[in-house]
Amino acid sequence: MKAINFTPRFWVAASLILFVLVVGVLGPFIVRTDPNAVIGGLYDAPSMNKLAMWLGTDNEGQSVLANLVNGIRTSLLVGLLAGIIAMVIGLIIGLVAGFQGGVVSDILMGITNIVLAIPSIVVVILLSVALNGRNAVILGFVIGITSWPWTARAVQAQSTSIRVREHIDVARLSGARWISILLWDILPYLLSYVAMAFVLQVSGAILTESALSMLGLGPSGETSLGTMLYWALAWGSVRTGAWWAFLPPTIMLTLVAFSLLLLQSSLDEVFNPRLRRGKLRKRPRGAATPVPAVASPQTLGSSPLIEAPGRAGRTAGASSSTVRDGGVA
Amino acid sequence: MTQSVVRDDPALAGSHEALFSAREVNKTFGHGRRAVEAVKNVSFDLNKGQITTIVGESGSGKSTMARMVLGLLPITSGTMTFEDRDVTKLRGGARTAYWRDVQAVFQDPFSAFNQFFTVRRLLSRALRLLGDAEAGQAKMEEALNHVGLSGPDVLDRFPHQLSGGQRQRVMIARALMMSPTMLVADEATSMLDASLRVNVLNVLTDLRDQLGMTILFITHDIGQACYLADRVLVMEHGVMVEQGPTDKVIFDPQHEYTRRLLSDVPRLHD
Repeated sequence: MKAINFTPRFWVAASLILFVLVVGVLGPFIVRTDPNAVIGGLYDAPSMNKLAMWLGTDNEGQSVLANLVNGIRTSLLVGLLAGIIAMVIGLIIGLVAGFQGGVVSDILMGITNIVLAIPSIVVVILLSVALNGRNAVILGFVIGITSWPWTARAVQAQSTSIRVREHIDVARLSGARWISILLWDILPYLLSYVAMAFVLQVSGAILTESALSMLGLGPSGETSLGTMLYWALAWGSVRTGAWWAFLPPTIMLTLVAFSLLLLQSSLDEVFNPRLRRGKLRKRPRGAATPVPAVASPQTLGSSPLIEAPGRAGRTAGASSSTVRDGGVA
Repeated sequence: MTQSVVRDDPALAGSHEALFSAREVNKTFGHGRRAVEAVKNVSFDLNKGQITTIVGESGSGKSTMARMVLGLLPITSGTMTFEDRDVTKLRGGARTAYWRDVQAVFQDPFSAFNQFFTVRRLLSRALRLLGDAEAGQAKMEEALNHVGLSGPDVLDRFPHQLSGGQRQRVMIARALMMSPTMLVADEATSMLDASLRVNVLNVLTDLRDQLGMTILFITHDIGQACYLADRVLVMEHGVMVEQGPTDKVIFDPQHEYTRRLLSDVPRLHD
């Protein structure tokens, strides 16, 4: 895959996400302290004596660091689960509606519009109140089954545009089955979009989980970033200046949401060659300029001369290889 | 609206057997005031072993006609018969069986390919329709050889690694694998440059001459129609305005629109 040209933005986003993942996945094994164990008093200030005390204690005298690493793990689990569920529902409804068209599309999109019109946070609150013994998995399900409509709409729009392409007719004439056309002739054309939408779904689900937890509807008996904030608020850590109780979860939440959004926008650059920057800038002036507009990278996005993304991509690819060749020479 | 001109010599018409007939076919898109009549009361025959061309400007309904002949688009009213079977409203298995006999090549050799499939994958999909996976490899290579490509050269390539002419020939090979009795070529040469165009046109005449294939060739270029066709059908705004043998329609046009199409052909010298 020589065509993929990752930008610095992608690497920054990827390393931030990797950092969060490492903290969430390996953190609990390194900290080892039970997040429910009482190791100190109310809001003991951070000290460097013990690993578990690096971020002090919370309102119940539990280690904030242990809660934090476990909370990240819970939040990531909820986010991934909700993201996958929302993606699968949205993809199925969007693909079928877009490919079938007609009455099927009208019905499916009607359902989608109705679900879209219902404020999902209300449904989430009602569902999580109705379900006894909430845990992270149930919460992930609840968030997942309320956040698919946007994906369904976008996928429907895109698959409608792919449906009229000739390769679909060719596939039908070749005797390809309905499901095979859906999976192999339409879905691959949407994959770049699906990848980006999934990242946004995960980020949105993590934030929804925190919002719910802050309202006291979080997973019971488990720590999440949202429940940490809930307890920190309820026990007046902001008022008493116990910053170690509310800042770490806030920062981690911001970091997760920010890095996922950054990843999404960097994926946009990877998939859409018109947005590519970076290497193009280093391009020597006047070298191999079949299209004059490409000479200045600032005009690349808006240039009327470059209409087809493929064309811009090829030009960008060619130019970067020119740079590399020039460097070797 | 002027009367449709049918120029077939009654004596001659009897000598050719119609493989496919369309009778008073209509196609309307949309409903009510926004309804668009793309094809109006079109009747024609495709004779066995002949190349028939539909000529018309863009928007004349010729591609819509092609898609209806292929059974990719349902018709609003009218009847279509293929080998004396009614093929007006085919569904499911019957339509798949129809596609074993009737295949197509499309206009755009770029968008007709699934860009994620190699040529092998594209062609092997059609094997399921044949129900004969055993002879698959041989069949693929045979079809590719027929259009002047060699199997090992192109089978494992992706469409972006092929030239426009090669792609269009792969598309013809795909259609040929089914050994169809009828081939619909919808503007199959209009996105190729001039030298490749003749190449593809010759492949089509070879198919008629060697395999006795019936071909429906759709084009906006009356010059190509003249080069290729045994019979020419002229469409204007969804109406079949003139039809008949090539030499009659092209060299002695009766309908105003056919004359206009002919006068629009660029001439090198007068």
